Amino acid sequence: MNDQLDDMYREIILDHYRSPRGKQPVDKADISSEGMNPACGDEIDMQVEIDEESVKKISVNCRGCAISVASGSMLAEMVKGKSLEEVARLAEVVRKMLKGEGDEIPEEFGDLDALKGVRNFPVRVKCALLSWITLLDGLTRYKKGEGLRSSAISTEDK
Amino acid sequence: MKSGDGEKLKSTDYRPAPFSVEQVKADFPILDQKVNRHQLVYLDNAASTQKPRSVINALLEYYRHSNSNIHRGMHTLAERATQAYEGTRSHVAQFVGGVLDEEVIFTSGTTEAINLVAATWGEVNISEGDEIVITEMEHHANLVPWVMLAKSKSAVLKRIPITICGHLDLSNIDEIITKKTKLVAVSHMSNVLGTINPVKEIVARAHAVGAVALVDGAQAAPHMAINVRDLGADFYTFSAHKMLGPTGVGVLIGRKEMLEEMPPYKMGGEMIREVRFDRVTWNDLPHKFEAGTPNIADVVAFDAALTYLDEIGMDKVRLHEMQLTDYAMKKLTELPSIEIQGPQEPDQRGGAISFTDRDVHPHDIATFLDSKGIAVRAGHHCAQPLMRVLGKVATARASLYIYNDESDVDRLVEALVEMRRYFGV
Repeated sequence: MNDQLDDMYREIILDHYRSPRGKQPVDKADISSEGMNPACGDEIDMQVEIDEESVKKISVNCRGCAISVASGSMLAEMVKGKSLEEVARLAEVVRKMLKGEGDEIPEEFGDLDALKGVRNFPVRVKCALLSWITLLDGLTRYKKGEGLRSSAISTEDK
Repeated sequence: MKSGDGEKLKSTDYRPAPFSVEQVKADFPILDQKVNRHQLVYLDNAASTQKPRSVINALLEYYRHSNSNIHRGMHTLAERATQAYEGTRSHVAQFVGGVLDEEVIFTSGTTEAINLVAATWGEVNISEGDEIVITEMEHHANLVPWVMLAKSKSAVLKRIPITICGHLDLSNIDEIITKKTKLVAVSHMSNVLGTINPVKEIVARAHAVGAVALVDGAQAAPHMAINVRDLGADFYTFSAHKMLGPTGVGVLIGRKEMLEEMPPYKMGGEMIREVRFDRVTWNDLPHKFEAGTPNIADVVAFDAALTYLDEIGMDKVRLHEMQLTDYAMKKLTELPSIEIQGPQEPDQRGGAISFTDRDVHPHDIATFLDSKGIAVRAGHHCAQPLMRVLGKVATARASLYIYNDESDVDRLVEALVEMRRYFGV
């Protein structure tokens, strides 16, 4: 179990938790998205600035457990500079990995491998997922030309 | 010993447990195991308690020798099962300080007991503009039924606030419980703060304005001597599984004349006297409220749980927990990053200790403690409005019972120290 614990709270996760990336506000929020898991109390605010269909800047503010904070921080680091298409694909890869539906992680996103340990703690998967689902939801709404949703998206629903 | 003796306990006193905790521990087979390579320390008792061997055996014994449907059966096993089931009812009636057997209604748990009152008494007695009074520290079980009833009846839901120390603020009680109040529903002991509420005083105020009082005893009945008559409560509810008994059994104590007035809750077998195609008459109490085949085996085994508590004595249970809570609060207070919710005084609270760490999220706390074999709960503890009042999204909660001792508390405190090193905070 301690091995399992260390596998979830890997050094890279703890590092992101202690000093989360992506706290800087964006200049222009083309996408604003909010995620919240009421049972956990985890909350996330995300703003994305878009330039030529790519992520120019992203701001992620997450209040919650080590896993949700670290996952959001990794997200902020990874999606910057990527095209929206790539970002959506990456978010889908992470979702599948956390849900145990796939294992493939593109080489350049090797750090994401650190999130795999969460799969041994089924109740914590939703924590790791929250930022990614919040991003996916924001992207979808952006593409459809919809604004901020009336209530934050959650990963606590089955 | 009288409960009054225990109430004098000052936080500086520490005395040996009033019974052998080691012997009690040995009666609970589940505690004798390693979890994640560490000896299990079970500190999630406010959620559910473990079962002594006598309760487990009673379940086995029932299924091996007595299993049958109860009432109306004209054979030996049916008679045996009926006697055992009704025997628990009498035992419960004594356990709560002496009420009539027919004032004891078995339900599936506290939640169903409160829902029963809301759906029957509430349906008939609450109308537009009436006021229902609850407190800010209610569990969702004693909150959601009243929120929904108030909504459907266009009644007004009012609440008694809490002080920063985690007590109910009764300073404006006369403005909250008024002539318009029809029901006051209050927790006897908070599952988050541990606060023991002055329910006798609140019930008296409710009665003074002609209101009915329901006391949610889910956290109190397992931990202290209860006298429902003395409290004056019209309804009192609790759950067997939080007091050494099986899951799936709850108790509603109600005043006979009120239960008789109330319409039935569920319709079907057993709750009727006479059925025709065009009319039905209800059975006598308590059967009017126990439609269908009840949870016989678990009710029967609940008797063994009550016997176990009787043998220790509820005043001793309370004294032990008060002493151990005091010890735990002192130890936890030595950790500067830990913040404890609820009253500090051991005589004004039970052993449900909610806490947060300045730097580590409650869920990370629970996961880390579990890796050390220590079971605690983390989250909103089914009290989201209270969490909002406290300004917390979640807390971790360690809750104590008769089989916990100082060594369990020491393990918790040591693990919390190690946790901070682990997370590097």
